[in-house]
Amino acid sequence: MSCLQAAVSAVEHTSVVIDTKERSRDRGVGADVSRPDGVPKVQGRFAFSSDLWADNFLWGHTLRSPHPSALISNIDIGPALAFGGVHAVLLASDVPGQLNFGLDHQDQPVLAADQVRYVGEPVALVAAEHPDIARRAAEAIVVNYEVIAPLTDSEAASEAPPMHPDGNVIRRLGIRHGDLSLTGEVVVEGSYEVGMQDQAFMGPESGMALPEEDGGVELFVSTQWLHVDRSQIAACLGLAEEQVRITLAGVGGAFGAREDLSLQVHLCLLAQHTQKPVKMVYSRDESFLGHVHRHPAKMCYRHHADRQGHLIKVEARIVLDGGAYASSSAAVIANASCFAAGPYKVLAAEVEGLAVRTNNPPCGAMRGFGAVQTCFAHEAQMDKLAAALGMDPVELRLLNALAPGDRLITGQVITGAFPVAEVIRQCAQAPSPVLPPTNDYRDLPGGSGRTTKAEDTVRGTGFAVGFKNLMFSEGFDDYSSAACRVSNGVATITCACAEVGQGFVTLAQQIARTELSVDEVILAPAQTVTSKSAGSTSASRQTWMSGGAVQAACRKVREQILSDVGAKWDVSPDGLVLRDGMVVCIDGQRQASLAQLTAEQDYEADVVFRHVPTQTLDENGQGNIHVSFACAAHRVIVDVDPDLGLVRVRDITTAQDVGRILNPTQALGQIEGGIAQGVGLALMEEIVLDDGLVRNNSFTDYVIPTTLDMPEVTIAAFIEEPEPGAPYGAKGIGEPPTISSSAAVAAAVRDATGLSLERIPIRPYDIALADH
Amino acid sequence: MTNVIVARSVDEALATLSEAPDITILAGGTDLMVEINRGLRQLNSVIALAQVPELHRWSIGEDRLMIGAGVTYTTMLNTKLAQAAPALAQAARTVGSPPIRNAGTLGGNLGTASPAGDTLPVLAALNASIVLDGPSGERCLSLEEFMVGVKRTCLAPGELIKAVEMDHLSGGQEYLKIGPRNAMVISMAGVALAVDRKAKQVRCALGAVAANIPRASEAEAWVGERINWDSGTGVDSVLAQEFGQRMAAESSPIDDHRSTAAYRRHAVGVLAARALQRVFSEGTNGYV
Repeated sequence: MSCLQAAVSAVEHTSVVIDTKERSRDRGVGADVSRPDGVPKVQGRFAFSSDLWADNFLWGHTLRSPHPSALISNIDIGPALAFGGVHAVLLASDVPGQLNFGLDHQDQPVLAADQVRYVGEPVALVAAEHPDIARRAAEAIVVNYEVIAPLTDSEAASEAPPMHPDGNVIRRLGIRHGDLSLTGEVVVEGSYEVGMQDQAFMGPESGMALPEEDGGVELFVSTQWLHVDRSQIAACLGLAEEQVRITLAGVGGAFGAREDLSLQVHLCLLAQHTQKPVKMVYSRDESFLGHVHRHPAKMCYRHHADRQGHLIKVEARIVLDGGAYASSSAAVIANASCFAAGPYKVLAAEVEGLAVRTNNPPCGAMRGFGAVQTCFAHEAQMDKLAAALGMDPVELRLLNALAPGDRLITGQVITGAFPVAEVIRQCAQAPSPVLPPTNDYRDLPGGSGRTTKAEDTVRGTGFAVGFKNLMFSEGFDDYSSAACRVSNGVATITCACAEVGQGFVTLAQQIARTELSVDEVILAPAQTVTSKSAGSTSASRQTWMSGGAVQAACRKVREQILSDVGAKWDVSPDGLVLRDGMVVCIDGQRQASLAQLTAEQDYEADVVFRHVPTQTLDENGQGNIHVSFACAAHRVIVDVDPDLGLVRVRDITTAQDVGRILNPTQALGQIEGGIAQGVGLALMEEIVLDDGLVRNNSFTDYVIPTTLDMPEVTIAAFIEEPEPGAPYGAKGIGEPPTISSSAAVAAAVRDATGLSLERIPIRPYDIALADH
Repeated sequence: MTNVIVARSVDEALATLSEAPDITILAGGTDLMVEINRGLRQLNSVIALAQVPELHRWSIGEDRLMIGAGVTYTTMLNTKLAQAAPALAQAARTVGSPPIRNAGTLGGNLGTASPAGDTLPVLAALNASIVLDGPSGERCLSLEEFMVGVKRTCLAPGELIKAVEMDHLSGGQEYLKIGPRNAMVISMAGVALAVDRKAKQVRCALGAVAANIPRASEAEAWVGERINWDSGTGVDSVLAQEFGQRMAAESSPIDDHRSTAAYRRHAVGVLAARALQRVFSEGTNGYV
């Protein structure tokens, strides 16, 4: 088997043949179709990017900086080259093209040349015949560092000497909306902090690059956006984009962490240099250093309201720690700032957003993308305001809920569906679950540690609402592309949409069945060779964007088929429909099998799908910069052991604005998973930093919720108000569950303890050792 | 390539160890494999003990229990050992997930000798003797003698841990542990408490709050004198609170990435008070 065949065989799982016994109408849009990769994943048969294999391949390893800030005076690769079985040791000077990469602007070195700016920054690469040899050889490289005191305080960063040629301010933006001289009769203030969360996907960064005869390179990798990887890789390798051929390998979770490059350029460099296939798999420890995290935030807020509770003005200052390199920080701070007031009507707003550079690990995209941090703050503020007004917190939120026709603090008028009041009402009105006192340790704070009995606990309830944009904003040319071919009654969909767990593999097939009335749908592997960009699998955008592209491609094919049949039968195509695999004339006189028709001739269409264009922000932070929005509400019940500061979340009830549900089980999966990440941020998930050093880059010490930390999730309602412009009216579902769930958990713990708890994650000592 | 020898008996294992004293001992692998996967340890040769029947034996005597070094957490949790040493079962339950508990062993927990090792405070409270065998024959050590520091033991070259003997007590026992989430965690603070009704003693040991596994001997003595041993009463919340404070005073925790010294000391106090009240106020002390 050739290298190429071997590598291709590892990704064949993305082509899935559907059982033709089931009729299309049962497996189309809205049906509970199960994921084609679900059973293989559960049974351990799914090929992840770490399972790639080829003949005579080499293993790559990355030497990383142990220092958060240092100058490199000299690197001696001699000791590494002396190892038997080492085929290449590469440094920055071996990068043939552009030396830097980056999503927004190219400020991050492929390999550090003369300076390192964070712990874990790649310095050198080794390719060897065995992973242990590669690792040991990398460790033998002698790097002389001249250590510099790191800049780790985000609030001091903008005034500190620049630690990067581009300066320490990645983006500063101001939002000035309405009459800023307004003040409220009731004013509440707070300072809030969010720690650095990690995406903690299960499948570490991994992939394989193979040299190509034309001087190009083929790459199999887990990523969120094949084409943006391709353009960055090509630039760094000095190749034409067409010479970099990327195929998506099995992805084990992403959550934003695979939007930036990690090992892509490194793998390709090593493959080019050795002219052999090269594979890399990050260890878990390395993975925590090898991708961006959620931005830690420091936020100061002042809310003004009148005596009736109407929001008058929101003032906020938000500082995000972007770490050493820009990544998507500029877009994250825009989101954090634009959504700083929450999904509420407010007459005036003044928001200062600042994303800065420090010697902490780089931060970028993570589920919720800036909205999570400010939701924690604005929802704490809403609770404070309700207390100051003597109002019910849910009533206060309902009173101020945004609705279509209202303006955001960016001046944008909301169009389309945006049922904020409805998600609040449905979530708040859902019956509370009956949770009698228990002495089953599994339902108590402390869990299996048996620290706590029912009499040691106090109960609290919290409520929070959040929202964010769907798709890319601020004038970005955001599109997806898809092709559809129908042959012998079988539809083949080709799209470069990266399946990272969101469910496109299922939805693409459901859409094709609904549009074409076919049973069998093949989804071709996602690749850059024949596909145009599908855009990023992020921003809750792929169901809308790539789903929209697939729908449009299928409709174009359908039109061609009906037009041809109409011409043959001498009837208008308007009088023809596709039903149960047949072209049927609505007069009932004639019908023809789609399989037959498409055996004689293939029908194909290739489309590019765009959402409506957006604007950029003006100097006052005003503009129609977003396409669409989605909101959700969460109500959380917790039991807290105040003496030990331990928490057991007992129930989370949610209502979410979904547009239309295309696959109920997948929708539920997104909501449960998103809530688990929200619970994690509220109670345990944090990259612990000590002067720029990462103290817990392992799953031993970076803990994520287990089944004893997650409660039952109760869906109070999916609010199905179809969104204009979206395929079938469906909105993205993935992010809203993460946005307000953390805030609601924190609110419930505040309710139980009476503490202000202005920081997440809430640590046991924040409760147990608090000054009462 | 790593050379793996699968031992079939203690004698065979000892013979191999005497020939290659620097060989790595593999029991359940739940600590060793993590180190290997993290690149922290390179192996030349390994001796695997999972196939040694003698190490899997356990027995319940009237006064003492014997548990082979190869006995897994699952066995401590799911057999009559759980009634004979309830705190040991409770400690075993807090370790990892079911697959980890199926693999990890008592001997492995001792061999790793982490202050956060979950069974270790229980062994200390049960006056355990650790039975070692090696070139100079068998020897029995207390946990205090065996564990000489953080992840350091006095195991000599060529020696292996064969079994652990510990008291079979009639009184209540508790092991309470705090971690950064509700399951599958490394201990941030743990308290083992065992009542010896015959000797009229309360025995306590602490986990994850010192470089070793300290017995809180002053607090033990203090509380032992205040309990009415005939009626089993005398433990009210005031006494329990003070006992907790005395226990906390005997801990010497540190600040690290998992928690703070102040919280750990506080937690020891709360856990100890609760453990004391539970063993004297509740009818059953078995594993729930």
